[in-house]
Amino acid sequence: MKVSTFKTAGKFSLLVLSLLVAALMLVGCSSEEKKETAEKAAPAAPEKVTLKLAMDADPVSLDPQVQLSGGMLQFSHLVFDPLVRYDKNMNFVPRLAESWERIDDLTMRFHLRKGVKFHSGNDFTAQDVVFTLDRLKKSDDFKGLFEPFSGAVAVDDHTVDLVTKKPYGLVLNMATYIFPLDHKFYTGTDDKGKPKDTIVKTDYSFANENESGTGPFTVTSREQGVKTVFARFKDYWNKDTGNVEEIILSPIKNDATRTAALMSGDVDFVMPVPPQDLDRIKSTDGLQLVTMSGSRIITFQLNQKRNPALADPKVRLAMDYAYDNQGVVEKIMNGFATAAGQMSPKGYVGHLDSLVPRYDLEKAKALMAESGYPNGFEATMIAPNNRYVNDEKIAEAFASMMSKIGIKISLKTMPKAQYWDQFDAQVADIQLIGWHSDTEDSGNFSEFLSMCRNAETGYGQYNSGNYCNPKVDELTLAAQTETDLAKRAADLQEVEKIQYDEAGFIPLHWQNLSWASKSNMNTEDIVNVMNFPYFGDLVIN
Amino acid sequence: MFAFTVKRILQAVIVMLIISFIGFAIKHNFGDPIRDLVGQRVTAAERAEIRDRLGLNDPFPVQYVRFLRDALHGDLGQSYFFKKPATEVIIKKAPATLELVFCAALLIVLLSIPLGIYSAIRPKSLFSKFIMGGSIVGVSMPVFLTAILLIYIFSVELHWLPSYGRGDTVLLFGWWDSGLFTADGLKHLIMPSIALSSIMLPLFIRLIRSEMMEVLESEYVKFAWAKGIKPWRVWLVHAFKNTLLPVITVGGVQLGIMVAFTILTETVFQWQGMGSMFIESVERSDTSLMVAYLVFVGIIFVLVNTLVDIIYGLVNPMVRVAGRQ
Repeated sequence: MKVSTFKTAGKFSLLVLSLLVAALMLVGCSSEEKKETAEKAAPAAPEKVTLKLAMDADPVSLDPQVQLSGGMLQFSHLVFDPLVRYDKNMNFVPRLAESWERIDDLTMRFHLRKGVKFHSGNDFTAQDVVFTLDRLKKSDDFKGLFEPFSGAVAVDDHTVDLVTKKPYGLVLNMATYIFPLDHKFYTGTDDKGKPKDTIVKTDYSFANENESGTGPFTVTSREQGVKTVFARFKDYWNKDTGNVEEIILSPIKNDATRTAALMSGDVDFVMPVPPQDLDRIKSTDGLQLVTMSGSRIITFQLNQKRNPALADPKVRLAMDYAYDNQGVVEKIMNGFATAAGQMSPKGYVGHLDSLVPRYDLEKAKALMAESGYPNGFEATMIAPNNRYVNDEKIAEAFASMMSKIGIKISLKTMPKAQYWDQFDAQVADIQLIGWHSDTEDSGNFSEFLSMCRNAETGYGQYNSGNYCNPKVDELTLAAQTETDLAKRAADLQEVEKIQYDEAGFIPLHWQNLSWASKSNMNTEDIVNVMNFPYFGDLVIN
Repeated sequence: MFAFTVKRILQAVIVMLIISFIGFAIKHNFGDPIRDLVGQRVTAAERAEIRDRLGLNDPFPVQYVRFLRDALHGDLGQSYFFKKPATEVIIKKAPATLELVFCAALLIVLLSIPLGIYSAIRPKSLFSKFIMGGSIVGVSMPVFLTAILLIYIFSVELHWLPSYGRGDTVLLFGWWDSGLFTADGLKHLIMPSIALSSIMLPLFIRLIRSEMMEVLESEYVKFAWAKGIKPWRVWLVHAFKNTLLPVITVGGVQLGIMVAFTILTETVFQWQGMGSMFIESVERSDTSLMVAYLVFVGIIFVLVNTLVDIIYGLVNPMVRVAGRQ
């Protein structure tokens, strides 16, 4: 039946087809010709210093306050400029605030830089800081961070006070998140009749598509997910800095393609570098690779409520002894991670050098024998398989290491889209989580990951292990209102020590960071442990 | 004919309903899109509130009916990531994919016909054996591997071709971003087209070859030889003509599969079309965009199939009779 259909329809379709083929051939030929002529007329090399940058993602919006994420902060450092920022050693350096002083327990005074212009041409004043802090307190993502603040008060045009509700030791840390917005630019209604200052996550808003910051670059064109072009802001306050006049940012999600784009010279700078390509880039002439230990901790949480065995500190300790941090870092992470014995990475105030990862299988076995579970036990475990570097493999390695001390783990892994609901519901005894402290401070780890769970205050929100030690809570809360930074550090170090001794959870490692670029630029100087490269300071020779 | 057409359109509507239902069910069970929209500090209560604002807390039937009602008005929902209507995002990305599929199809047509015919006429020649051997390699190599190999050879080692993206494009008719009319755009098209065609090309060569060989054995070709007709006329006019019809049918089906294969090709080449958009929407849990893509592609397929059926019905009344049984 079918065949006869085609035979009858044959003559007609054959005619159509032959016409089509002929047309296609013509098109093919003409495009060939075009290509040849175009190659001959290759344009002369441009004089402008352009940086072609490839990252694994691009900023989700032009509004710096719409989402708190690494990508958005990277963008904010290009187009906006914070009051203060971190240098490579995590010290605070002045940006739009030239100096600062504590007035009293609740107030920190910032003296602002004079003569700073916004991209719109407006002058930067203390009013802009007040406006920005108010807006931050309305943003879903930032209001939690700025909860301790009652607001900003303009003393005069170039002096502003940040006032907190209680004494607060992290005012400067938070000032790194205050990227002043141009309040004149963002006030009023746009041509659609909507207020310009609204923060919208999933729909059009003026701020999602327009910007006016004080940063080194302005956005000249943007096609989300495809290409964003930045041009040097000619009125930028800091003249003696980088020489890049234009940045073309292309997101390249695929790891192999991102590396290939750098190796072929199609882009000048890539981040991050996929672990499997590190050696290749290192050994290529004309390229440079910069890596450093990052600050995102990966841990396993052991749910003491779900599984009685995990409530026994000896069992938890045994598990910590049975997990080979260094082995996993070397074999699974290709050496591209730093084995961890605590949450706080080096450089954080709570970090204690003495809390090293422990691995001793004999000791683990002995502890299991001493514990209430000499013959081991069974436990369930979940882990994501596309959220952290090699997350699934790490979880599998953990399960096999635990089998050596008699703990039989049934592991289930899933994509992150499904994972977090399961994580919140605490469906398994052992759950994996990675955490980056958005205050760049140790207190944040314990507030979210190890304080006793409290639905009202939100403390321990991500503590799926149900670890709870009143002393940890007390010290963490004390640190929040402590403005004596030495005392504060001591408190937070004690928190780490307690958790280490009780094996409240199992820390695995901090993921490393990586950047690669052509070797004619000062890449080493502009990157940092927070992973916000300061492209404004980049010099291309 | 009228009854037949109505019946086919009704069938098409039912198919679209089923596609939209499946797509929407996937969306509903896919996971929480809010997680990718907010920072880690946002509390469960605040997330629930955002979900409420987006209508994600409503029961499934309510959401589905709302989706259908909006879809009838041409609104397939809002892409959370792009912060724009999903249809707008898809239409913006469609030219990239269609141009890529077009160029790959062109390559397939231009190469498979001569190679297939040659290897059918001279099955024992060394070149034919080479083509056949090569086609096995081509079929068995995954697209992403072919793509990465191409990039490493022609971009990294030889520096001949650009490794990613679409290059310069020009705007046609106010909305069609075309890479076909700039030298840079064409250069960017070469490797993705080759990669995309790499699976289908060997299939078509083999298909044309076997069909052609069969036809060459048939009585009327033998009769043509006996009449003393010139060889090229026998091959091209008598034999190849009859080879083509089954090849076209298969080709139509394969074109759809090719659209599916663009997902891999586009991902490797960072080609900004619908394929990579879909994969990224899955990664970002941009569920509205995901379901809009499924429905959009579904509509295209159903439309084309329905049209083809109706045209067949017009051309050949036999189809209608068969359909009535």
